Amino acid sequence: MMAALLVEAAGPSSTIQDAGRVGYQRFGVSVAGAADPLLHAAANALVGNAPAEGAVEFTLLGDRLVVEAESCLVAVAGDAVVTIDGQPAQPWRSHRLTRGQRLAVGALRSGVRGYLAAAGGFALRPVLGSVATHVRSRLGGLDGRPLGPGDRLPLRLEQAPERIDAALDPAGLPRRGTELRVLPGPQDDAFTAAGLETFFGQPYRIGHEADRMGYRLDGPPIEHARGFNITSDGIPPGAVQVPGTGRPIVLLADRQTTGGYPRSAACWRRIWRRWPRCGRESRSVSAG
Amino acid sequence: MSAASDILRYPEPKILPAGDQALVVELGDGVDPALNDRVHRLDRLVAEAALPGVVETVPTYRSLLVAFDPLATDADRLAASLRRLASAGGGPGERRGRRWILPVCFGGAHGEDLEEVARRTGLTAQRVIELHCAADYRVYMLGFSPGFSYLGGLPEALHLPRRENPRMRTPAGSIMQGGAQAALSPVEMPSGWHLLGRTPIKGFDVRRDPPFLLAPGDRVRLTPIDAATYDRLAAEADRSDLMPDVEEMA
Repeated sequence: MMAALLVEAAGPSSTIQDAGRVGYQRFGVSVAGAADPLLHAAANALVGNAPAEGAVEFTLLGDRLVVEAESCLVAVAGDAVVTIDGQPAQPWRSHRLTRGQRLAVGALRSGVRGYLAAAGGFALRPVLGSVATHVRSRLGGLDGRPLGPGDRLPLRLEQAPERIDAALDPAGLPRRGTELRVLPGPQDDAFTAAGLETFFGQPYRIGHEADRMGYRLDGPPIEHARGFNITSDGIPPGAVQVPGTGRPIVLLADRQTTGGYPRSAACWRRIWRRWPRCGRESRSVSAG
Repeated sequence: MSAASDILRYPEPKILPAGDQALVVELGDGVDPALNDRVHRLDRLVAEAALPGVVETVPTYRSLLVAFDPLATDADRLAASLRRLASAGGGPGERRGRRWILPVCFGGAHGEDLEEVARRTGLTAQRVIELHCAADYRVYMLGFSPGFSYLGGLPEALHLPRRENPRMRTPAGSIMQGGAQAALSPVEMPSGWHLLGRTPIKGFDVRRDPPFLLAPGDRVRLTPIDAATYDRLAAEADRSDLMPDVEEMA
């Protein structure tokens, strides 16, 4: 029988993610990939994988998995409640599991996303060079959809590195921030001076509409200088898009590749990558 | 949406910041074939130059987004290279475009908004179909969703604002119109455009190499088919790699 992890119960939004589908935005294909690349790479490192290997990304709550292999090495990155056969187990370290053992990844105590990696990665067929799941266009992962009960994640055990236990201290990871450094542009001239002052001076809160595509921010509206339609162009990672409502949207991993709303700014790389761990109350600060 | 009079070609390319891992080279504003040609020429120049640190590029109507690895290059150096390439004349020859003839089943369940487009433009449904089939659409860019092709050249009699309420799902293969543009949407997606019909031809198929049918600079003509023909061709497209008729353009 194929070596696999059997999904007994799935979290609300668990998908396979890697470093993303690079090189196809010109064809309208979203990059996708880990929403929190640092934690994704950490989970892989704990089992000896390359940083970009495919792993399970879970949101708020993880998955319950049963081992269908003689033995495998797994690790969870994220401040989650983890049990193995009902006994408490540590995240941030590797665990050797044997056939029939049950790994349950529960709620995150902090942060929004966590990762489960298995040594050798998962034997999934890449689509356009990547196993990253993009649910909106049904690409990658398991037929482009989130994990569900009964799914099997095939293990690529033959590529599992020889590895002894590994652990990391999450205190060494960058702290959650409340200041979002952004660079103004490319369409900061589509807003009034007062509008930009609002954006850079007022606090914003991550709204309820927040997923892998983007986070809507609640806060004072940003005033456009002349309408809110531009000739559609490319959308960089972390772009802050301001539609007609004036409420900004930060566009993340699953963002569409092009759009026709003006962008006031784009998040500084190290910040947008950390968005999933940002505090709900945040303030934008110009790095320009 | 820009009318012809709104086309703006900048005397000098604008290099705009787009975060710390992308730059946008803007050559003008508006929807215009010559402006769009310049964008695609620049795109080919950037590919040929193989600039260090460039990860990928996204050519659009009037600008080129250049994504880069900030650990492999810096924005100022890249901006200087891009400015040099964007200001240079000549460059690689034009890619020879193709003209695709796409069979489309208009109206009914295949194009829910045909009647409404007819009503709002004061035309008959038959006339709307005729106008779409007489147009020689140009592919300006791909974007938004896999293989989604922005088609310019919608006859003015058909120009209409987008729907007030976007639909959460529009079927794969939809031929749509919004504002002054038409589009082919190969995958199911949310959209506020008006649905006119569906083509059984797959504009995006991962089994095919290359997976994307249309490329910028290509032309598209629509030709009407009935529902029975649609069903037969759709079944064929699911089984095998069904390609539409194509003409090489001079």
